[in-house]
Order: sequence, then C-alpha cells, then structure tokens
Amino acid sequence: MQTQEVAMEEGIALLDQLVEEYGDTQEALVEILRDLNDDKGHLTREDLAQVAERLRLPESKVYAVASFYTLISVKPTGKHVVRFCEDAPCHVAGGAEIWEVLEQELGVPFGETTFDDQWTLMPTSCLGTCAVGPVMMVDDDIYGNLTPDKVREIIARYREQDKGGAA
Amino acid sequence: MIRSRVLISGDLMSLHRGAEETKLAIEAELSYYGLTDEVEVSYTGQIDRSDLLPAVVVYPEGVVYGPVTPEDGAFIVEEHLYKGRVVERLKAPVDILTSQTARVIEQKGTTYAQKRVVLRRAGDIDPDSIEDYIINDGYFALGKALSEMTPAEVLQEVKASKLQGRGGAGFPTGLKWSFVVSQPEEPKYVVCNADESEPGTFKDRLILEGDPHAVLEGMALAGYAVGASEGWIYIRGEYKMAKEKLQRAIRQAEEMNLLGDNIMETDFSFHIHVHAGAGAYICGEETALLESMEGNRGVPRIRPPYPTVSGFRGQPTVVNNVETLANVPPIILNGASWFRSIGTENSPGTKVYTMLGDVNVTGLVETPMGTTLREIIEIYGGGMKDGKTFKCAQTGGSAGTIIPADLLDVPMDFASMGSHNAGLGSGALLVCDENTCVVDLAYVLVRFFKTESCGKCTPCRVGTAQMLEALDRLRKGYAKQSDLERLEEIAEYAREASFCGLGQAAPVPILSGLCHFREEFEAHICGECPAGVCPTAPKPACETPVAEEKCAPVPWRPDTEYPLDDPSQIEEAR
Repeated sequence: MQTQEVAMEEGIALLDQLVEEYGDTQEALVEILRDLNDDKGHLTREDLAQVAERLRLPESKVYAVASFYTLISVKPTGKHVVRFCEDAPCHVAGGAEIWEVLEQELGVPFGETTFDDQWTLMPTSCLGTCAVGPVMMVDDDIYGNLTPDKVREIIARYREQDKGGAA
Repeated sequence: MIRSRVLISGDLMSLHRGAEETKLAIEAELSYYGLTDEVEVSYTGQIDRSDLLPAVVVYPEGVVYGPVTPEDGAFIVEEHLYKGRVVERLKAPVDILTSQTARVIEQKGTTYAQKRVVLRRAGDIDPDSIEDYIINDGYFALGKALSEMTPAEVLQEVKASKLQGRGGAGFPTGLKWSFVVSQPEEPKYVVCNADESEPGTFKDRLILEGDPHAVLEGMALAGYAVGASEGWIYIRGEYKMAKEKLQRAIRQAEEMNLLGDNIMETDFSFHIHVHAGAGAYICGEETALLESMEGNRGVPRIRPPYPTVSGFRGQPTVVNNVETLANVPPIILNGASWFRSIGTENSPGTKVYTMLGDVNVTGLVETPMGTTLREIIEIYGGGMKDGKTFKCAQTGGSAGTIIPADLLDVPMDFASMGSHNAGLGSGALLVCDENTCVVDLAYVLVRFFKTESCGKCTPCRVGTAQMLEALDRLRKGYAKQSDLERLEEIAEYAREASFCGLGQAAPVPILSGLCHFREEFEAHICGECPAGVCPTAPKPACETPVAEEKCAPVPWRPDTEYPLDDPSQIEEAR
C-alpha cells in the first residue's frame, strides 16, 4: 500500500513539473500526456483524472486526446515495447519476414502484450530512419538493417539484461 | 590554440553504425598524444553519402574519411593530426567528393550533380554551435532584411523567387504569405510543420539535426514579412534528437539577440516555441496539426476558412514545411533571380529527396528541380542493387504515386510530374526492382492509411478498410473480377469524397498501380503472382480478360489547395 501512495505522490510531483514547463492551458495537454506516459509506461484512469483536474478540463476530453495518439497508451503495456515499422520502405527491404520472426520470438501477435507482462508488440508507422530499413524501436532505442538473426539476438540481449537485473 | 577541427557525422544512421565509439576513440587518442587543446572534436549532420557513414571530416584541410571504425579513428589521429599525413587508405573516394568539402561538383558531364541550397551547411558545421552557423553566412539574411528591406520587400522577393511549398503540395510560398498579410486580424502566427511522418521521408529530420538555425532564420524572416511576432515548430514526438537540437539553437539565438525581443536592436521581435506531437500521421495535415497544438485530437478542420485566415488560436497563420523555410534565408541573401537560376522555369530551386529501396546507395540527395529519376538512381543511387531491372518507383511517400519505367526520364518538378499524373510529394523515392509485386505494395500502402485514418469521415474510415480487404483477397488469390471492379469503384469514391488529403491520397497507389500495372492485378485474380511474392495458388481453367486500355488519370491532388479569388494570382506567382 505504501509503495502505491509513494508512486502516487511522485506522479503528482512530475505533473507539477510538467505543468510548470508547458503551462496549465489545454494547449499543453498533448505534451503533458506524452511526457507522463514516457515516465509511467501507460496512463491509468487516475492519471487522466489528475491531468483533467489540473488543466480544468473534462475527463472525457482528456481521455479522448490520450487515446488518439500512438505515443500515449491508455492500456497497460509490457516492460518493453517493441514498435516495428510496417510501412512500404521497410516492407520492400524485407519487413514481412521480420514481422513473422517477431511474432514467433515473442509469442504474441501484433498489438498484444505477453502473459508475463514483459513485452508489448506494436506495429508503428514510419520512424524516419528508412535508409536502414527494416527498422524497429525497442523502448527508446532504434535498431535498423534487421535480419531474422539480428532480431533474435537483440531480444535475447534484453532478456539477458532483465535476468541480470533481477539477480 | 585550436589548429584543427574534427567533425564526426552524428545523425541517427551514423550513431547506429558506431559513430559514438569512433568519437570516443578519437578523443582518447587525442589525449594520448596531448592534442586535446589543439584539436576540437564535435558532431555534425550527415554528409551526403550514406555509404560513407560514420564519416570524419578534418579541417582546415577538409579531408573526408569514411566509413571510419574506432580503430580507423585512432589511426587518423596518429597519422593525420599527430604526424600530419593524410591517410589515403581511409579517404572517401574523390571522384564523388571534391577535395575541399564533402560536396560534388555542380556539373558533371551533361547531367547535374548534387546542388546544395538547403543542405549546404549540414555536414559541414557543428549544428550545436551558433558560431559555426554565423561564420557560414548564418543570420546574414535576417540582418539584411531588418536593416535594408521592408516587410513588403521581403514578401516580394519570396514571391519573385517562385518558391513552392516543399511539404508535398507545391503551393507558391509567397502567395500563401500574402494571404496572411492581407488579413486585418492581429496577432498573426508562423508555424513550421515538422511533423514529418510520410513513410520514406526523413529529409526534415536531417535538416533540423544538421542545420537547425537555418529553419529558425527562415521562420524569423517569414514572421517579419507577414507581421507575426510568434512562431511555433510542431515537431513529431518521435524526433527527440531534432527537438533537443532545436531547443538548444533557440536558446543560443536568443542569447545573441538574433531571436527574441528587439532583434538586432530593431523594432522587430520574434519568439519561437517548440511543440512536440505524440505520434499521429494525420497531424502533418495542417489543420489537424493546429488542432493538436491546441490540445485536441488531431482531426482535420473544415476548410475554408483556411489557416491563412483562421489558423492557430483562430488567428491568421502561415504553415510552412521545414524545407520550405530553410530555402528562405538563401533567397533573401542572394536574391530571387539567383534562386530562379537553379532548377526549372516553373519550379525553381532544389529538392531534397530521400532515396530508398533497391538501389546501391540509399539516403539523402539534394538536386536541382528537374533532375530525372533515372539520373538520381544512376548518379546518386549507384544504380540498381545487384544489377536488377527497375520495375517501378513510388514517389512522394505513401500518399504518392506508383510510376513505371517509362516515366524515368520525366524531369522531376511539380508541374511536369503533375502532367504525367504523378506526384513529387514529400520527396521520398522508393525504388523497386523486378521482384516487387505491385499488388503487395499497394496492400502495404493502404494498410498504412487504414491504420492512420483518424476516423472522422466515412469515405476514408470505411473506404480504406474495404480497399484493404479487397487487396488482401487479391493477394491471397481469392478475388474475382468483380472484386477488382469494386476496388476501383471504392477507390474513386474515397478520392472524391474524403474530408482531407489523407483519405484523398489513400486510393492513389491503387489507382496509379492499376493505371500502369493492370495486368498484374488481373493475374492475381487467376491466382498468379508474377513476381512470386504473394501467397497465391493458381486456379485451374482461369482466363484473364484482355486488358483494355483503361487508364484513369490520377490527378495529384495537393491537400493544401488554397482558394484563389482570381486565378491569375497563381499565374503571377509562378
């Protein structure tokens, strides 16, 4: 219980900071939601309610905006989010094969989160690094020139890291 | 005392290929030889050849090395900076690069070589240093405008240059500005559209990362011309590095009184803010962008009123693309007639392209307007990969057109491409070889639009889903002749009836694909994929109908068509 309260307080502190930076008008809404999401992984109903209160907006409005943008998630996501570019330049460079490898390797179809809440696999639109396609983004890092082997290696590396961190 | 400068390409692609390790290795080696006080090391933007990344440029000699591994970097320090010998082995090929800077000569035989206006500094300077920008003629145009020109003269110069919007629509920039000037309402705003999310396009990111001050200066000039004192840069949420570079650049310019209040001690004040998005393709549409800036869902507004009349906060607003704004300072500095001497009669200047797909060298190219696709592929793309045959190219990103080999020699500018029912769009060139299936390509493109449709209007929301379904049936070999007819019908509806440019552009790949590669679609009905890409199964006793010469023109419909009271205005602007 205590940790939950601490987390809540930290969330409010962060919100204060963001309001300070972007202002408390509706024009700041998208930026505040995005930065909050960056910090927390996804936004809960409580988070949205807090933002609504601070910016003096209806909760429905805040939810409408939050659910529109791809960098803001209103559903829980896994520890790592894999965003794979599904657009034509990456597709021509061999993206279809990588798509299958990702689904196999993580064991979930696109748009879903694994049972152990470790991975969320999402398609994304262009990441602006088409010259090194196919491209995927794991959390904040972009990986290009993907081959099936490279994908397996990258995912294994994250798994290894997580194990190391837990031990 | 600094005697040498080392610049390392620090764009995403270079970083991905280990530019950071190379930089660290160079710095370590410099401190080993005790050269830290004499040699300055910094990142720069990308040089023009992506096969040479990460590249290292050593000044004052102007030697370009690339690609440079950490070991090579250390070796360059020992040989070049310590012993003073150029490392020939690691030098970039000189037939491509002139000896002095990482540039190609302007004329090469009978064809043009890369001509840089927008990217003239990217890759030569440290984008984090305002001094570097100023030394290379930076903020001179703003100084000239503020001291020698009235706002009306600046506007006139841009009009006379015939600069067209580089975001895709090609609308005359000067004309757009003059719409804002003619509005009585105050205040007015300048918005830079940096929500570059067109698949296959990343020119704006490299301009912002390589030369952020050029965009700031262009915005200030736009502000001066139209009478605005505030500007916003709407940058897509994914471009974190570019955002940081912009924010740093704004701070530096404000410190030197090149932005902010009373710029250069004149009465002109101009403030620039950065507003980052949160991931939505539709926000590149200018009215959706404005909605997003105001804290709403990014759905497009009805037009008219156009943003030039009622834009950000309901005020007259200029919305220009990054590349367009980066063109403004050189126009003001060198004059409109200089600008018109580059490119073609109707579309002067240069265009920055991003070349992708089955060519040997992918990456960024800036050439004069009017360069043909064949020239771009042969000269800058290093030809087709593995010597394969060119089949088609998709120009202008997902919203662009699929063009066949017989259009390879069309001079690429807005007007000539338009007359062949093809679009120049954002400048993405996706080159495909014989192993590409046009149906599969159209499927992927429409899938993108279905995902990105904002859902506001039915023709786009439902139309994209139905088109995707029909294409999927074709791909899998279930489709009948009637499916193809239906697909064409829905595509026409979506193009005619959609609310904004997204829905109007979504059927264009299908229509242009059908126009040039109809027999390939027909073959899929018989369960045959000529390129062998689709998971089809041949049907017994199937005959394809004789393909009639049915090629519906695909007019390129720019999504930023402003209304003109008098059509002669546009003639005048051209």
